[in-house]
Amino acid sequence: MNKETTEIRNPRTQLLDRLWEYQSAKSYISDEDVKALSTELDISQVEIEGVISFYHFFHRKPAGKFTIYLNNSILSQHKGFDRIREAFERETGALTGGIEPSGQFGLFETACIGLSDQEPAALINFYPFTNLNTLKVKSIISALKQGADPADICDPVPDNIRHTPSPDKTLIFRPYQPGNAVKFLRDHSPEEVISEIGKTKLPGMGGAFFPVARKWEICRNQPGDVKYIACNADEGEPGTFKDRVIMNALPGLMLEGMIISGYAVGAEEGIIYLRAEYKWMLTKLEKCIEQFRKMNLLGKNVGGVRGFNFDIRIQVGAGAYVCGEETAMLNSMEGKRGEPRAKRSYPVERGFLQKPTVVNNVESFCAAARVIELGAEHILRTGTKEFPGTKLISVSGDCYKPGIYEIEWGTTVKEVLGLCEAQDPFFIQVSGPSGICLSMKEVERKIQKDDVACCGSFMVFNKSRDILSILQNYSDFFKSESCGVCTPCRAGNFIIQRKLHRIELGLANKADFEEIREWGNIMGIASRCGLGKMATRTLLMAIEKFPEYFDGKIDQKREGLNLSFDMEAATAEYIKFSSS
Amino acid sequence: MDRKDHKKKHTSHSVTAKREQVKERVTIRIDGKEIRTEAGKNLVQAARENGIFIPSLCYFEHIDPPLGTCRVCTCNVNGASGPACMEKVSDGMEVEVHTPELKNVRKAIVEMMFSEGNHFCPSCEKSGDCSLQHMGYEMGVYKSRFPHLFKDRLIDFNPKRFVIEHNRCVKCRRCVEEVLTNDGNRVFSFSNRGNETLVAIDYEQEAKLSEEQALEAMRICPTGAILVRGQAFARPFGTRKFDMKSVQKKDPFSNGKKKKKQNGRAKKTIATISLAGCFGCHMSMLDIDLELLDLVEFIEFNKSPINDIKEFTKHCDVGLIEGGCCNSENVEVLREFRKKCDLLVSVGECAIWGGLPAMRNTIPIGECLEEAYLNGITTETGEYTIPNSEDLPKILDQVYPCNEIVKIDYFIPGCPPDAHHIWKAVANLLWDEQYSVLYSEFKYD
Ligand SMILES: Cc1cc2nc3c(=O)[nH]c(=O)nc-3n(C[C@H](O)[C@H](O)[C@H](O)COP(=O)(O)O)c2cc1C
Ligand code: SF4
Ligand code: SF4
Ligand code: SF4
Ligand code: FES
Repeated sequence: MNKETTEIRNPRTQLLDRLWEYQSAKSYISDEDVKALSTELDISQVEIEGVISFYHFFHRKPAGKFTIYLNNSILSQHKGFDRIREAFERETGALTGGIEPSGQFGLFETACIGLSDQEPAALINFYPFTNLNTLKVKSIISALKQGADPADICDPVPDNIRHTPSPDKTLIFRPYQPGNAVKFLRDHSPEEVISEIGKTKLPGMGGAFFPVARKWEICRNQPGDVKYIACNADEGEPGTFKDRVIMNALPGLMLEGMIISGYAVGAEEGIIYLRAEYKWMLTKLEKCIEQFRKMNLLGKNVGGVRGFNFDIRIQVGAGAYVCGEETAMLNSMEGKRGEPRAKRSYPVERGFLQKPTVVNNVESFCAAARVIELGAEHILRTGTKEFPGTKLISVSGDCYKPGIYEIEWGTTVKEVLGLCEAQDPFFIQVSGPSGICLSMKEVERKIQKDDVACCGSFMVFNKSRDILSILQNYSDFFKSESCGVCTPCRAGNFIIQRKLHRIELGLANKADFEEIREWGNIMGIASRCGLGKMATRTLLMAIEKFPEYFDGKIDQKREGLNLSFDMEAATAEYIKFSSS
Repeated sequence: MDRKDHKKKHTSHSVTAKREQVKERVTIRIDGKEIRTEAGKNLVQAARENGIFIPSLCYFEHIDPPLGTCRVCTCNVNGASGPACMEKVSDGMEVEVHTPELKNVRKAIVEMMFSEGNHFCPSCEKSGDCSLQHMGYEMGVYKSRFPHLFKDRLIDFNPKRFVIEHNRCVKCRRCVEEVLTNDGNRVFSFSNRGNETLVAIDYEQEAKLSEEQALEAMRICPTGAILVRGQAFARPFGTRKFDMKSVQKKDPFSNGKKKKKQNGRAKKTIATISLAGCFGCHMSMLDIDLELLDLVEFIEFNKSPINDIKEFTKHCDVGLIEGGCCNSENVEVLREFRKKCDLLVSVGECAIWGGLPAMRNTIPIGECLEEAYLNGITTETGEYTIPNSEDLPKILDQVYPCNEIVKIDYFIPGCPPDAHHIWKAVANLLWDEQYSVLYSEFKYD
């Protein structure tokens, strides 16, 4: 099989898996482990350290027999993060960011874990614990202390599929029969597959909205025999959990999409890059792959198509939002630091191991599979003329019905707010912190590529939520998730965080806001990848769209020559030290 | 790119050189100017060969694909902004380099590097040979618009042969890609991520480098982050690469105007002060030799250490500030200067961003005080306390640049600034006289 040959050639690509083995076995990776790997793979220790230190689920010191990762996204903050964190600290005896003396518990913060509809939530040894409250924390920890296994006491994760269009217009969440889509391949050529998908103008669902058919076609036309299909299941954008629900409810549909893609471009291997936060779904996904092999939907002569061999494996990530960026993901799959590549070519030209690679989002593969199953004609009857089809959005925040909504393209923001029973909505964040914010003046806008281009996350905030603290949460997120490769993002996010702190202290004047605007633009122009380019987008928009709020944040007294300076704060430390 | 690719790359140099012999000529346009060059040539290189300077830091001719990390070369290519060093020239390419927006972006990125690291040029071994510093000069960066972040970083003295000064590294990645042992193993690697990213060195591999390889590592580092023990000062100051001459045809600080000295100078009043500084800037002010006599005629000093007038007796035209604010008294004095002077000028690095006194900014003030008053090598245990009299100014948690306390109108960089630079600037402010600041007068150290 193709898989074996490439992997024997390149043991380096297994580095992440190897590190996970050590990490899972004893909650950290020891000096000996690093040495052993260095000798085995014949690479410098410092390079291995470089990989370990990039991913925040890898530890070089013991992280506790039970490692707790508490989500610190803005949604969690609004639902009582501080209380829950204190409860965990109290019950376990560990301080956030470390372990307690006996080494039984380790407590860490982490970015969005894809459970935004059931916050506050945490992962314990990568099993989900949702809708936490202090009493629940107490009972979880006491159960663990008494020997319970997190796998046994973790919470079931409901899909919360709240809305689908009428049955004929529902594309993703309709009844699913394994093999129904792959069947089509038996009597259709790869070109026909691509053209069928092309008819529906199916856009990528992961953020960039690049036409799926076009991507496949380019990849198909690349020279070379070895090509790869990569499924982006890194879903790191805070507030997004649609891919989680797909993988839980319809894992087979995703696999079929990948198989079809493999057929279309001429690839024999598909890789699912699954974020570590979703490790609790790993067994289920592996079972599904195994079942597909049994059904001859994977393996040799897939689906009865002579000469079409295709198999799928899963690569588990290790905690880095930026690995959702496709070239960073490819690096990560190769066992490297998940730094986005400097773009000179696209993954379809030079992707995994420099071979042509299709990278698509989980939902994109599913949608493609449905196109093949139902036919383009069917799809064209949904959505709008210009944007046919449906979209999954993950709704969370201040609404009565957080969960997944399958909507037709062209649905208005207002309709979504109505469906989810938003409570007094005021500030709406679409596509996560990297996306855009909307004020209530814009609710008539349509969710579609050329208007409100929502790639999944839809967070509703009501009037009682402080805009600045939302923006500060985003800024903290970008600062800690920046890969650090390019200057404007690495330093810029740090600088913006400082600036926001100044506003929080009430020291900012108009010039500070001007500077934020200018600096944000510079980051947008000069950063290497979408993370840095988009990191200040919402911030700049919020300042535009909520002027009354920000006027209230300007220090009105000190506009002019003498600037605001908090002498009391600046001398507090000295006074403390000199008088003791 | 992994190790194996590296080996391949290194052994295939001569092969590629031969293959490159047939070169297609193409025409591209940079800022409207037509340029004939070879297809596939790196854009930065092609521009340079034609006398167009595109700033760059991480770009290094023989690393391919280029690193594209620093973003100092950001330009517009066929309408989209991106790093020029990542572009291969192709026929009909339209490039914009010197638009005001792009110039501003590139300058901002260099400023960001100064703000992000802890760059104390006067005490840096690489000063004068440093590409970052050089880019600052070429772009006329007189101060960083960004607040200095003063992140605490260690200096790694563990390597046998090197000292790694993490405060100065700009994460260009050259060392990661280029410094390999004879076995092809990496010596450097990025570690951590985001603003915690640093370049870690492998002690085992480092020991395998030859002396020449080690020196090469120091040489390719564009900053003073990689130092070879015993070799850092091998080349004396004054003879270094970027000491005296700009690489641009036109001196970056020349304003293109002819020198113009006013005859009818009106008499003006100046106040000066040294806050958290070393008086070096004041010494520099006096260092203009004979022109001093000239100036005495037209300038009257009010509050200033030069004439020892302690209090303002009138409103002044210009206030020259040396030093940043390290204590509460500095802040009060500075505010008074703001009230009593029409224009305020930050003179020297300390006033501009904290300078050498700001070396303490990465360390919590408690630790500084204990080290100075309780645990210092000259203090006897139990003998001293941290001074806390009512009459003493209170020490601030950080050394603050003057422009975080009051509005500062102009900045003159240098540690200390060149005497001529100071007086040219002052004469321009007072009498609107025109001078060009020479490249050799514009210095951070
Ligand atoms: C910082 C960053 C994070 C991203 N995260 C994801 C992600 O979690 N999932 C995803 O599918 N795409 C993500 N993307 C978009 C991918 O780079 C890529 O465009 C996408 O996977 C392509 O698939 P599609 O065409 O099917 O959307 C991210 C992009 C950036 C810049
Ligand atoms: S923009 Fe940020 S995340 Fe992207 S490459 Fe640059 S530093 Fe890394
Ligand atoms: S000479 Fe260069 S490396 Fe050294 S402190 Fe100055 S800018 Fe930094
Ligand atoms: S140590 Fe020097 S060469 Fe290496 S990344 Fe830092 S600045 Fe670049
Ligand atoms: S020189 Fe182009 S990105 Fe550094």
